[in-house]
Parts: sequence; structure tokens; C-alpha cells
Amino acid sequence: MSGPSTYEPKTGFTKWLDARLPVVRLGWDSFVDFPTPRNLNYWYTFGGILTVCLMIQIITGIVLAMHYVPHIDHAFASVQRIDRDVNYGWLVRSIHAVGASMFFLAVYMHIFRGLYYGSYKAPRELLWILGVVIYLLMMAAAFLGYVLPWGQMSYWGAMVITNLLGAFPIVGGPITEWLWGGFSVGNATLNRFFSLHYLIPFLIAGVVGLHVWALHVPGNNNPTGIEVKSNRDTLPFHPYYTSKDGFAIVLFMVIFAFFVFYWPDALGHSDNFIPADPLVTPALIVPEWYLLPFYAILRAVPDKLGGVLLMFGAIGILFVLPWLDTSKVRSMRYRPLARWFFGFFVLACLGLGWAGAELPDTPVPGLGAIGVDFLLMGRVLTVYYFAYFLVILPILGFVEKPSERPASIEESVLGSSSKSAPAAVPAE
Amino acid sequence: MTEAVEHTGADGQEPSRRDFIYIATGGALAVGGAFTIWPFIDQMNPAADTLALASTEVNIAELEEGQEITVIYRERPHFVRRRTAAEVEAARGVNIASLPDRDARNFNLGDGAPATDENRSAMTAAVAEGVEIEDALRASLLVTSANCTHLGCVPTEGAGDYGAWFCPCHGSHYDTSGRIRRGPAPENLSVPVMTFTSASVLRLG
Repeated sequence: MSGPSTYEPKTGFTKWLDARLPVVRLGWDSFVDFPTPRNLNYWYTFGGILTVCLMIQIITGIVLAMHYVPHIDHAFASVQRIDRDVNYGWLVRSIHAVGASMFFLAVYMHIFRGLYYGSYKAPRELLWILGVVIYLLMMAAAFLGYVLPWGQMSYWGAMVITNLLGAFPIVGGPITEWLWGGFSVGNATLNRFFSLHYLIPFLIAGVVGLHVWALHVPGNNNPTGIEVKSNRDTLPFHPYYTSKDGFAIVLFMVIFAFFVFYWPDALGHSDNFIPADPLVTPALIVPEWYLLPFYAILRAVPDKLGGVLLMFGAIGILFVLPWLDTSKVRSMRYRPLARWFFGFFVLACLGLGWAGAELPDTPVPGLGAIGVDFLLMGRVLTVYYFAYFLVILPILGFVEKPSERPASIEESVLGSSSKSAPAAVPAE
Repeated sequence: MTEAVEHTGADGQEPSRRDFIYIATGGALAVGGAFTIWPFIDQMNPAADTLALASTEVNIAELEEGQEITVIYRERPHFVRRRTAAEVEAARGVNIASLPDRDARNFNLGDGAPATDENRSAMTAAVAEGVEIEDALRASLLVTSANCTHLGCVPTEGAGDYGAWFCPCHGSHYDTSGRIRRGPAPENLSVPVMTFTSASVLRLG
């Protein structure tokens, strides 16, 4: 996609095809010959891992839809039937449920990688924004999917989240009824959630296509944040990065398989093994682990509408991040102050997740003696979350003195003395 | 084609037939598009059979003093409580100015009614013609939505600072009149439209 194509069809058929539909050429230029910075480390393998995650979710999801019944009287039992009676149903459902968590695990690594190496900065703003769109779609798909087993946590999670929209003045009420298709979460809701849950992965696949396209125009960022200057800075994608990505995918699959086979329900909530009951609310309602930080932000504000706006704002702010970071230097490898603030930001996100999992007025272990409960912890970390984007990154660009950067990607890998080194030295 | 081009006022003076067709097509597409999209949006609203279920009858004859039942009205749980004299007294003794939500939130009254206990209880229910109900019974009956006005959880009966309802999800306390007193919930539990259709039947909706 960048630079002239190097694909040369050899057989009669590929020549015939190339003149009519150059699809092999597209694949060759995008994933075989594509020039990729030679210094990409393992943090850069999560793109490939995420592609595999999406394919796994779509394939297992299509299988599950053959056995699942989207009706409030049958949904819970049909999931049990998949686990017990359908041939290998236990395996497919376990892969799908664990797969959702693995998908988010990988996407968070991918996002933090982008934040650290400044991958959102010009000319990759649109690439970043498309990524945030994918992340939003993923959260929608995960929420909708979690409702389908129709357990207690499914039902009450749906209740709490749909009621968030009721916080908006005037339009809130009609919009929630429109979303429910009734006066509460009910059969109409379950039915449409199933339909939308099936739709969203294909939307994600479409946006992933745009994401890869937007990646292949400027090319990959890399750990130095320095643009590619000559072809000595790059390696062809195949075999160097197909094998590197492939190795990372295999390692990732080991973790994935561990959960699928030995700990399939560890990432879920035990209350979801109780069928949905509109008359009884579980004592503690928590979302899945990957949404906990946003839940903590929601609860940090005593006002209902304020909490909802802040929670959506926490994701919305990612869209404008490319214009909030004023530093000319992309990679935090050469930003001595920013990397500290980034480290605290990662800790803040983990802390928010912890705060979201606990009851607000529970004392924080070790800090309870000085009156710190999880509500206060959530509030402090929420302030830091927003300050990182709105205060720290905009100001740092002006006050921070970046450390010295290498002249080129090649120099960062091979040192300045080995200008004529062979091209095929794998990075890191 | 050349003839048509001659008539298009490229200088912007004479709108030609081509300009007219262009604008008319665009207009028809916009209006037609809007009309086409609407059914696909509106289909998600509550269907006719859902709307038809919009009333529920409650037998109040067997409800003992201090007893509470939960009924489903419009797919949502509702508390029907026959309160004790002490509970009614506690609810009436509250200074309205001190409440977080001073609106009665009673669909029998409409917006702006003060959140007195009289405005919350079944005193506000309509009474069908020829039906006679004791005032004391009407005053003791309280019917409210059972979904917390914060995010919709069902509050626990007989718990919280006011001995009435406490929402376990995010810690909202309601008093014996179903009014929010403490916690993140913004509004009092709403009171549905209701009518005494006989001495023993209260119809919601």
C-alpha cells in the first residue's frame, strides 16, 4: 500500500487473476513484502494476537448461535444445555467466554503500547481514532454478550447499564424504553441484544480493515518513534514479523488454553449461575473485570448524570488525545518525565479496576486506618486519569527536556559504527 | 445534451430543467430517506402487545397491616405496602424542605406536587363510582415502583437508616413513604396511576 508494488505474478492463472482482481497483489504488498521497521519489540505483536482473537470470537460465536435460544424462558437452560449436552459445547462456550477476556487483555496491552510509544501522534491520528472506535465496539459487544446467558448478573448488569441512559434529561426516559422495547429489561431486550451481539463483530472486522489500511499508509511506528528514513531501517513483513507475531500468538494461546481448560469460570461471576430474577437484586453488582475501571469512574461522582458523563468522557477523551499531547517526541523512551507519569497512569488504571470491584464504603487494605475507602481511592485515581490527558501531557510537551535520540532506526539497532551491516538482523 | 447545457445558467441567472431535477431528486431522497428510516427506528419501541399489558389489578383485601407484596406492573416490580400507623406517622412527621427530592413523583398528581405523605399514599388514587373505601385504609396503602431511581436495582425491605427500603447496589436509603433520603438516587420511588375499582381491588395503570 505504500510505495510501488513488487508483486510479480508468475503462473498463467495468477497473471489472469491479477489483471482482473489484484487481490493476491494486495495481500503480497500488505503482509509479505510490506516494509516494517526492523526494531519492533514484542509489544508490537498484539495487533496480530488481536486479529486471531477476533477470528476466534466470530467462529465460536457462530457455533454457539446454532444452539443458543434468545428467549427469557429458555436462554439460561440453553446455555446449560450447550455446556452439558451439545457435543464439545463446553469447549466452544468456554473458548468464547474466556476469549472475551483474552481479547480485552490483548487490547489493553495494545493500547498501552500505543500510549507509551506515542503511536497516536501525527501522521497516525486516524489510525488511533479507528482503534478507539474498535475498542468502543468491543465494549458494546462484550456487554451485549454478557446479557445473553440470562443469569442474575446478566439481567442486573443490563438493568444498571441501560438505566445509565435514563440519566440524560428529557430524552433519557424514551431512549431507555426504546432500547428495552418495553417498560423494563425483558424478552424484547434479550432478543435485540442477541441480534446486535451477532452484528457487532462484523462491524469490528470492517473497522479493523480500515485500521490496517490507515496503518499501512504511514507504516508502523516503532519503539524509537523515529520515522523510517531508508530501506535499511526496515525488514519485509514476511518472514521476519510473521514469525515473530506467530511466536507471540503461540505464547498467548498457552495462557488462553490454560484458562479454557483449567479455569474456565475464573473470570466470570458466580451470581451468573443463578437464573435472572427481576424481583431480587444481587448484593454486589460488578461488571466483568475489563470494564471495572469505568465502573469506578461512574461511582466516583455522587451525581447520577455527572457520573455517566464522566464515564463516557473517560473513553471520549481518547479520541482527542493526538491533539492533547504537545510533545514533538513520539516515544517515551526519550521522554524522562513522561515515562514516569505514564507508569503512574497504568497503576491508576489498575487501581481504578480494583476500586470498581469493591463496595464503595469498604476501607482500602492498609489505608483504612487513615480513612481511605474505595470510593475515595476511586475519586483520587479518577482525577489522575483525567489529569494525565488534560493537564500532564499538554504541559509536559513544553517543559520536558527530551533525552538524545538515535539518528535512525538502523543506528538504534546496530549502533552508529555498523552502517553497512547486513539487512537481515532481527531486532531485540 | 448540448442543448441542455446551453440552458443551464452557468452564470447563476436562469435555473434550468437540469438544476430543477437535481434539486428535486436530492429533496426526494432526503425526505424519502427520513420516511424510510423511521419504521426501522420505531420498531424498537414497545410493541402493541407489550402496551396492552399496561395495567395490573391488586387484591388488597388480604393484605395485613405491616405486610408488603411485590407485584409486576408494566414488566416492572412494584411494592404494595399496607403500612402500620407508626410508619404513616413517621412519614408524615418529615419536614418537606429537608428532602433531597421535594416532588411527590406521583403519576396521579402530575409534576410539582409537594412530596408530603398524603401526596404519596393511595389517598391520591382515583375511586371508581359507587365504591366506598375508608380513609384510614387509603392513607396506609403505599404503592411505589420497586426499582431504585439510581440504576434500577430492587431495594431491600425493612432495611436502611429509615427502616423502610435500602438499595444494596449503591447504598440509597428510602423512608416509609418511599422517598429518597440518603444516597446517590436522584428521585423518590415513583407512584403509578391507580384506581380503586372495588372495595378490595386496586388497579395499577
